[in-house]
Amino acid sequence: MELKKAAMAGTVESSDAQVTVEPATGGITLDIDSSVINQYGRQIKAIILETLERLEVTNAKVTVVDKGALDCTLKARVEGAVFRAMDKGQDAASDWGGAIR
Amino acid sequence: MTNTNPNFKRLRRTMMFLNAQKPSLIKDPYIYKPDSIMLDLEDAVAENQKDAARFSLYHALKTVDYHGCERVVRINGLETKHWQEDIRVCVAGGCDTIRISKTESADDVRTVEAAVEKAEQEFGRPIGSTLLMAAIESTKGILNVVDICKASDRLFGVALSGGDYTKDLQTVISKSGVELMGARQQMVIAARATGKMCFDTVYTDLDDMEGFKKDVAMIRAMGFDGKSIVNPRQILPTHEIFTPTEKEIIFAEKVVREIDEKKAQGIGVFTVNGKMIDIAFYDGAKRTLNLAKAAGVYKGEL
Repeated sequence: MELKKAAMAGTVESSDAQVTVEPATGGITLDIDSSVINQYGRQIKAIILETLERLEVTNAKVTVVDKGALDCTLKARVEGAVFRAMDKGQDAASDWGGAIR
Repeated sequence: MTNTNPNFKRLRRTMMFLNAQKPSLIKDPYIYKPDSIMLDLEDAVAENQKDAARFSLYHALKTVDYHGCERVVRINGLETKHWQEDIRVCVAGGCDTIRISKTESADDVRTVEAAVEKAEQEFGRPIGSTLLMAAIESTKGILNVVDICKASDRLFGVALSGGDYTKDLQTVISKSGVELMGARQQMVIAARATGKMCFDTVYTDLDDMEGFKKDVAMIRAMGFDGKSIVNPRQILPTHEIFTPTEKEIIFAEKVVREIDEKKAQGIGVFTVNGKMIDIAFYDGAKRTLNLAKAAGVYKGEL
């Protein structure tokens, strides 16, 4: 899936994460800033990469500012940012239970 | 036709509003034990965050264990461009109930019902598994409330939304409740006449607990089943007011036993604790016991 523009989802409030995705070439570059990076860094990275894979995003620059988000919130923010980067309008139909799960 | 969904007539004394877009709010509200939580896609979510709120909602519905709390989702109104995708995500995520905003007619309910059924087919959910409730927020809605109650077998009840309603009535919310009197009365009568439930509007002054309790006691006396709430602090007082007292339970038990016994003896009217009792009291006493049972304070055999 090709990103059309840079887009962001989420906030830097406690329990949330702010995810920014930008179009890029040559694979995924991932930059994570988290207060719990030592304990959960590997898990956060794995969730983000899995989510991108399900969404079939293969080329992107991804920046994550994590404020102690649960896995389900991380997923939701990555999906939200990618959805916005596709530029199909905010009420476009999503693949609930398919690519989104 | 009656709805056979086991959740149709569950206990709903408190329904707590939560912004579906805020992760800190949606992950553990069950610890406060409201009967229902209401994840909001409508007014609590800014116009440019409707998309992000849906992703957040989907995963909350799929992964967060709400420990038996009913999961209601308030969708955006039919006058917006958001409601169709809202319904898809609610059904795909498997919410228990969809709350329809700004309901004005039976057609509004039928429009939502058709979209819900389509989504149940699309996502392989059992047809009829998603319940509906309608928020009444305008004078027109109040005038049509009987038709709204009758519009769908999925619809278990109606809820008053006082803020928008008083705006439409061209007045403001006062603590006396005089401005809501007609709406509340009409709704509860319509709900009872059609076998549906009825829920009151929010009380937003969190510092005035006495005023809140008075409000809850009044709507309970009027016949309402529960109240929409905005803060966990409002849960316990509401449950206390809606839960029968020990005295009420003992009296109800006596009434049911005596009526059963006297009926067998061919006696129609008699006294219990000095009060005149006849068959007209039977259903009320039964209801008190059911409410007490549901609230976990009655373990008797009736």
